Amino acid sequence: MSKKIIMPFGPQHPVLPEPIHLDLVLEDERVVEAIPSIGYIHRGLETLVAKREYPEYVYIAERTCGICSFIHGMTYCQGVEQVMNLEVPERALYLRTIWSEYSRLHSHLLWLGLFADAVGFENLFMASWKAREFVLDVLEETTGGRVIQGSCKVGGVRRDIPCDTLDRMVKDLDGFERELQDIANVFLNDESIIGRTRGVGMLSRDDAYYCGAMGPTARGSGVGIDLRMTGYAAYGKLKFTPAVETGGDCYSRCAVRVKELFTSIDLIRQAAAKIPEGEIEVKPKGNPDGEYFSRAEQPRGELVHYVKGDGTKHLVRSRIRTPTLTNLPPLVKMLAGCELADVPVIVLSIDPCIGCAER
Amino acid sequence: MTWLSKSPWILHYDASSCNGCDIEVLACLSPLYDVERFGIINTGNPKHADVLVITGGINEQNREVVRNLYDQMADPKVVVAVGICASSGGVFRECYNVVGGIDCIIPVDVYVPGCAARPESIIDGIVKALSILEEKKRGTHISQAPRQGAGGLR
Amino acid sequence: MTIEAQETTVVEQDHLIGLVEGYKKQGYRLVQINCTKVGDLYEINYSFDLKYQFKNLRIVVDGKREIPSISGIYWGAFVYENEMHDLFGIRVVGMNVDFGGHLIRTAKKNPFANPTFRGEDACPKK
Repeated sequence: MSKKIIMPFGPQHPVLPEPIHLDLVLEDERVVEAIPSIGYIHRGLETLVAKREYPEYVYIAERTCGICSFIHGMTYCQGVEQVMNLEVPERALYLRTIWSEYSRLHSHLLWLGLFADAVGFENLFMASWKAREFVLDVLEETTGGRVIQGSCKVGGVRRDIPCDTLDRMVKDLDGFERELQDIANVFLNDESIIGRTRGVGMLSRDDAYYCGAMGPTARGSGVGIDLRMTGYAAYGKLKFTPAVETGGDCYSRCAVRVKELFTSIDLIRQAAAKIPEGEIEVKPKGNPDGEYFSRAEQPRGELVHYVKGDGTKHLVRSRIRTPTLTNLPPLVKMLAGCELADVPVIVLSIDPCIGCAER
Repeated sequence: MTWLSKSPWILHYDASSCNGCDIEVLACLSPLYDVERFGIINTGNPKHADVLVITGGINEQNREVVRNLYDQMADPKVVVAVGICASSGGVFRECYNVVGGIDCIIPVDVYVPGCAARPESIIDGIVKALSILEEKKRGTHISQAPRQGAGGLR
Repeated sequence: MTIEAQETTVVEQDHLIGLVEGYKKQGYRLVQINCTKVGDLYEINYSFDLKYQFKNLRIVVDGKREIPSISGIYWGAFVYENEMHDLFGIRVVGMNVDFGGHLIRTAKKNPFANPTFRGEDACPKK
């Protein structure tokens, strides 16, 4: 038995776009234990509720994370609306659903690219990111922003998508879907990807459930939790089944995300077919007084925005529980026993978003 | 276009960004924007890099990391602050853990505006940085003293 | 339109562990733990979910007394408990992974207990 050594991993590391630090306890090439520590991007933005009035705080909430910014803004607005008992117009809810799904597409494609890069498949990285630009163009055209959209507000949304634009968006999805099928085919069937990911970073169903894994990390281990099933926004009126894989390894988590791309396209089509005419916002009256745990499905898993108001313009507390934070304990479980060279792939497989986790 | 005679390598560090600017920096490497046509490669090693691209503002945790990365880079070097947070702290400037823009720790040569900064403006910023790099190499660049304490609020 | 009913039960700190064990037995998962400062007191919420049914347990503490860790029951609870310790200064005893105040490293100790902000003057002139 060789001696244990501790190897630091990060914060600045070539495979990680973001700084996370892991202390890896190694025995030869094998990881015995991994201890994460975060704090390099901690800003303390939740304290800003005392500085910003509740309608303005949407901007801060959106900037928790630039990848899933729309869903952050939406979940926060949803929380405040629930506290204030605001009846959000149906059309706004559908628009939120459409933008959420486009955000999911962009986030998953981004992740697929980074994942391909982590296994050393540069070409696939380029293909995924090229496909992603299509989604960003749609987001930019409809909201005005590529990655930070700023189109959600308390009581509805800031701008409408005209019907002819919506028709064209749906039509464009056909070509996009064909492009995705090619990419999906590589991710699911390519020998080198399978070789690098199958059986790597195992997470059992029980560990996933009780350690708090959410999103694709949980669904890759056979835990079929998808918060969209609670029917927030317009999801209650759309039909879909969450993608679930039972392998519990990096391959399964990747396969879940690949399948979700097509679920998202389907949801956009359904939403575009059902969207009613009408107003897109209601003006909030008064100030929020009460509390609510607003939950939504982010590309990375369940997102919770806790809002608590006391009848003043400023909230007492905003607490953002992001999926990456809850996926950290499962990551620790996955890393125990793996080989050092697999660490980057495993860390990426939970789709870490450190900006979210540290806030 | 003298700068094209050299292939500048960039080192990207996420100081305390929300990821918005980071993914736009990465998008510059993707086929649509393709900065590799300027010979630009994103490297992970500070010793290889000529251009330091920083997104996000400085916080209490990473000021040493940023300083370290900057010191490790070989001269001549240029620093590009991408996005409003890197330029001044942005919407987070009042947060207790945020010190301010990058320029309160190291001298910045180019500021790229935007929240999030668009890939086009990032490329513009980097190309501008390359001409400063060229000047620095020739010794004709008049360097600005770091705005110590001025960019930050404290 | 209410999205989901959310039930919050305020409980005594001494009953917490027993109730959390009960939730685990019924198959609930831990959604989150959070802390809110209300006046001089701290509200700590433990949220659980089973088949999209949201339940919330709340204890109210003064911040001086130690609170027990539930990481023995839900292994992944340590991130929330360490976070609570680092940001609010709530002392949690018996955590399975104790970072000793270094999960989220901040320059100021327990910043959320007494939030402070940086200067609000206009942008400095060059």
